[in-house]
Amino acid sequence: MLAFILRRILQSSAVLLAVGLVAFSLFRYVGDPVNAMVGQDTSMEERDALREKLGLNDPAPVQFFHFIANAARGNFGLSYRTSEPVGRLILERVPATLELSFCAAVFVLFVGVPMGVYTGLYPKHWSSRLLQAISLIGISLPTFLIGILLIMVFAVMLHWLPSFGRGDTVRVGWWVTNFLTLSGLKALILPSITLGLFQLTLIMRLVRSEMLEVMRTEYIKFARARGLTNRAINFGHALKNTLVPVITVAGLQLGSLIAFAVVTETVFAWPGVGQLFIQSVQFSDIPVMAAYLLLIGLFFVLVNLVVDLLYFAVDPRLRSQGGGARVAGH
Amino acid sequence: MAAASNNQPLLEVRNLRVEFPTRRGTLLAVDDVSFDIAPGEVLGVVGESGAGKSLTGNAIIGLLEPPGRVAGGEIRLDGRRIDNLPYEEMRKIRGARIGAIFQDPLTSLNPLYSVGRQLVETIQTHLPLSSSQAKARAIELLKEVGIPGAEMRIDHYPHQFSGGMRQRVVIALALCAGPRLIVADEPTTALDVSIQAQIIALLKRLCREHGTAVMLVTHDMGVIAETADRVAVMYAGRVAEIGPVREVVKHAKHPYTKGLMGSIPSLGVRTEKLTQIDGAMPRLTEIPRGCAFNPRCTFKGRRCLVERPNLMPAGATRAACWLHDSGGVGAPIPKETVDA
Repeated sequence: MLAFILRRILQSSAVLLAVGLVAFSLFRYVGDPVNAMVGQDTSMEERDALREKLGLNDPAPVQFFHFIANAARGNFGLSYRTSEPVGRLILERVPATLELSFCAAVFVLFVGVPMGVYTGLYPKHWSSRLLQAISLIGISLPTFLIGILLIMVFAVMLHWLPSFGRGDTVRVGWWVTNFLTLSGLKALILPSITLGLFQLTLIMRLVRSEMLEVMRTEYIKFARARGLTNRAINFGHALKNTLVPVITVAGLQLGSLIAFAVVTETVFAWPGVGQLFIQSVQFSDIPVMAAYLLLIGLFFVLVNLVVDLLYFAVDPRLRSQGGGARVAGH
Repeated sequence: MAAASNNQPLLEVRNLRVEFPTRRGTLLAVDDVSFDIAPGEVLGVVGESGAGKSLTGNAIIGLLEPPGRVAGGEIRLDGRRIDNLPYEEMRKIRGARIGAIFQDPLTSLNPLYSVGRQLVETIQTHLPLSSSQAKARAIELLKEVGIPGAEMRIDHYPHQFSGGMRQRVVIALALCAGPRLIVADEPTTALDVSIQAQIIALLKRLCREHGTAVMLVTHDMGVIAETADRVAVMYAGRVAEIGPVREVVKHAKHPYTKGLMGSIPSLGVRTEKLTQIDGAMPRLTEIPRGCAFNPRCTFKGRRCLVERPNLMPAGATRAACWLHDSGGVGAPIPKETVDA
């Protein structure tokens, strides 16, 4: 178990190093940072001095090492656009994105999984067929269109919910949260739905097909033969057996919820890292872009690490690997 | 009826019909099947795949897989009709009054729960016991089915048991709430030959000790001969012959049963060649008129082609064959017609 975690952490570090390499190459190949930092009337000598000072004349591996070492300490340099430290710039924006992604994930799991279970248990019922049909719409409509449609209905026509921004926020330490004010919570609703709808339909369809599969297995039939209640069979035995694939996909989805918040944040003028990234791309603000890339990489790696650990919690067959009496497994 | 017919039978199956509606019409998979099982009796049910033996078992435990359904007849347990009970009522009977054992112990247990948890939940579903009492009973059951170190093994997961041990756990699960009847559907087919005998011996011993009746569905005549009190031979959805196991094995009355017995190799008797029944069991869509066995039967007469025989007394057993009717099989059929 411990060996497994260590191995996974080692693998994760390798992945992050690779992401770091991509981020680093942004500096080297997307424009000249010196040009971006100095005015037009700076002399060649001054430029060279700056180049030397920034370490840009060092060999690439050395520069890469410095970049990674700095990144590990949260030091990503100064933004070309605002001349603020990139670390602080991102840290200010992270809570907004994380809260949005968290709400979307809650929406996805707490609506998608029950819908999947229901449509899996009663595949022939008319309401299941209706949900299936609606889920097709959810899968095929692009995120920005869903966002705009929701704004049109709930903000413009009904005036129930705000169409942009975070509403009133409360600062807790360095973390700025939406969760403590009514307007903040209301502002979360539309973006969360927009961000989560695609994933919701995906999770629903996944849970549905997994449920259909599991309900056909012998152990479910045997559970019925043992006279267990439907509740125990459906939720105790069947649902738990669908969890391993669902956790895998849900983990990946959570990663993409954070990564693809970009579009939703743009539609709802949500002040998160995604929006910051879009602005940085427009200004070729490479330090911010590189830091964003690393941050998203970090989130993905962390989420997948958690997913791997959840496998252990769910499936005893993984736990006993290497130890105990293991006879005739599948 | 032969054994133990002095008091009321535990299970009565009367004229059971199981249908499968398909796109090309309704298939009759179990056709007019009747038999009794006395308390504590072991009834073997043999037949080829598709003869309807497993479906009969599933109909009794009320777990026919849709679209299959009981289309006619009655099933009574202790005199109470159970084939038309609502799902929830039948659920309370399953596990409590009728236990079930399925073919494949590798897939009968939920891989994600310890065997103890599965035992305890079954016990608590049917018996008013506290968790610790249920756990004590679970350990006792595991000991009873011969699992060494039951106190420790109870927390193990199914994958930590071998196939034979898992089938023992399945048997413990079937016996959890002290059922009167166990429907065992091919309980040894998926096991190694060396383990089969152990499991059969265990099942036999436990049922004798608990006074549990068994409906043992299998295609293995050897298992039946060793275990059963009576045997029902099924062919194409009907009972071809039913009677005490010794009689059926030694003095089979139905041509199909004779063929079946002739196909079993035996160690004591030296035979040049095992007999075999030519042809195959008809598909459900093309069961012939008259006796379903007639295309493969060497004794058939004109009557067998048009009139369907029901079970009738034939020596010490009962067979569905006109050979044992006073009217006989009718006029012989010319050889050419047979070959055509």
